[in-house]
Amino acid sequence: MSTENAYEALAEAHDDARWAFGTSFDDPLAGVDTTVPSGVDGDDLHAYCLMLGDDALIASHRLQEWCTNAPELEDEVALANIALDLLGQARLLLARAGERGEDYHAFFRDEQEFRNVRLVEPAGGDFGYLIAWLLVFTSWRLALLQRLESSRDPVLAAVAAKGVKEMTYHRDYAARWAVRLGDGTEYSHDRMRAGFEAVWPLVDELFTPHPIERRMAEHGVGVDPATVRAEFDDVLARVLDAATLELPEIPALAGVSGKTGRHGVHTEAMGYLLAELQSIARAHPEAIW
Amino acid sequence: MTDLQEHFQRTLDRDQRLEPRDWVPDGYRKTMIRQIAQHAHSEIIGMQPEGNWITRAPSLRRKAILLAKVQDEAGHGLYLYSAAETLGAERAELTEKLIDGKQKYSSIFNYPTLNFADVGVIGWLVDGAAICNQVPLCRCSYGPYARAMIRICKEESFHQRQGYELLMTMMRGTDAQRRMVQDATDRWWWPSLMMFGPPDGDSPNTEQSMAWKIKRHTNDELRQRFVDMSVPQAEALGATLPDPSLCWNAERGHYDFGEIDWSEFKQVVRGNGPCNAQRVAHRRAAHDNGAWVREAALAHAAKHSAREEAAA
Repeated sequence: MSTENAYEALAEAHDDARWAFGTSFDDPLAGVDTTVPSGVDGDDLHAYCLMLGDDALIASHRLQEWCTNAPELEDEVALANIALDLLGQARLLLARAGERGEDYHAFFRDEQEFRNVRLVEPAGGDFGYLIAWLLVFTSWRLALLQRLESSRDPVLAAVAAKGVKEMTYHRDYAARWAVRLGDGTEYSHDRMRAGFEAVWPLVDELFTPHPIERRMAEHGVGVDPATVRAEFDDVLARVLDAATLELPEIPALAGVSGKTGRHGVHTEAMGYLLAELQSIARAHPEAIW
Repeated sequence: MTDLQEHFQRTLDRDQRLEPRDWVPDGYRKTMIRQIAQHAHSEIIGMQPEGNWITRAPSLRRKAILLAKVQDEAGHGLYLYSAAETLGAERAELTEKLIDGKQKYSSIFNYPTLNFADVGVIGWLVDGAAICNQVPLCRCSYGPYARAMIRICKEESFHQRQGYELLMTMMRGTDAQRRMVQDATDRWWWPSLMMFGPPDGDSPNTEQSMAWKIKRHTNDELRQRFVDMSVPQAEALGATLPDPSLCWNAERGHYDFGEIDWSEFKQVVRGNGPCNAQRVAHRRAAHDNGAWVREAALAHAAKHSAREEAAA
């Protein structure tokens, strides 16, 4: 296609698959063995995929909100890129979570059916909050995905292998900014500290295993998040040290009767997030997009 | 004529490119900076109307496509600001001019996006009109801009196909979806025609820009080309363009079309469009809210190099 007739060629048939970026992407898991590994409960596997997929979907949504609001164009590009990577992970994981497909899971489940941790839910915050949040989220998820690469489930192993490459970059981006802001000016130091303080109450929940996570870990399919705490603490300690910041000492947010995000018990922010995310899809349930 | 002037004129006459090291007249430099900056600003402001729908996109595939597109626009902006910097401008300074209202961006982005089909129609018509404008700029006399245009046009045509494909899919969907496509087409058609600028008789800069080979076709020529290409596409789509005067003129070999409402165009250019104030305020807020972040990055870099020097 020459650049001269790009526009004229619009309605012509073509076989350039690249432009469509997923247009004929009906089964994102084509070619990967999708049978449930032996000895593993299918419902458990679906629920586990929802947990990891929902974390990525909701975190991506919060990053999408930064679009057109970043402090510099380079960050505009970087944040959109991270949001896109997480969205890609979410799509693969939600597609793995049963027959009904990624869009059913994203747009037609109710709040209590979402299995994401509460960390990804809160709205707003300044760039300092964003960076603290992103560093915590990416350090945790990278550690999980590194272990998932050797999952007995070939789909999870494939998603993890792709995700590790992405999350390594995401964590690096967040860590670099945490150091710049912590070390930069007095004001940025304060904003960065306030960011970590705001995020900290939701950190413990990341390492508290849900019974399904435990079972999946026992079967060699999933990861018990408690096992990545030490690595997470080490990464955070090193970044905060370079950023001339101290680890916050703030108690963890309690659940409701012991239940938190993984059980489907969320923060008040989640309802508004889903109202926005699901609005058009639910207004036109018969539509094809 | 000095040697430098002669070199400039000879480069134009031979249809070759001028490069950052070459001498150019002040007027050429100013015109080129203004045009590239306006183009860069348009990419950045243009992220807003489409960005408006990212969090609500009704399928994850459409969400990914839209997010990637808006990200591309940020990339185009970066690329174009860099091209402007080869002429001696600075990105920070150009951004100040944008948020102070001293430099313009394409007026099309001062219209609101009101339903999800707008995302598709912007791809089809707005990106389509931009491509018509920009393809000839791939042969523009200023090298860095011409090369930027080649890359940008490729990505724009990609976006345009995605937009058109969304509309095709929606037209195959429900009645409500078809109404959304028609509604969006009705709202974006005339502003898209205005994207080519005022009629030739009312476009004071065209003659000089054509002599400098910055511009290769007049506004009206490009507008006619756009209309001629869009009519069959609208037919293939099954949408009606909102102009009862549209009809094929066999004698001219072109479609005739109705009178553009130039008073609305002037209103929007003057700042009174539906979203002018909103778009600039949004950009200003992002820039202002980011000031402490940019300061911190500079402060850290200065401390870092001071520490390195001390250690050396």
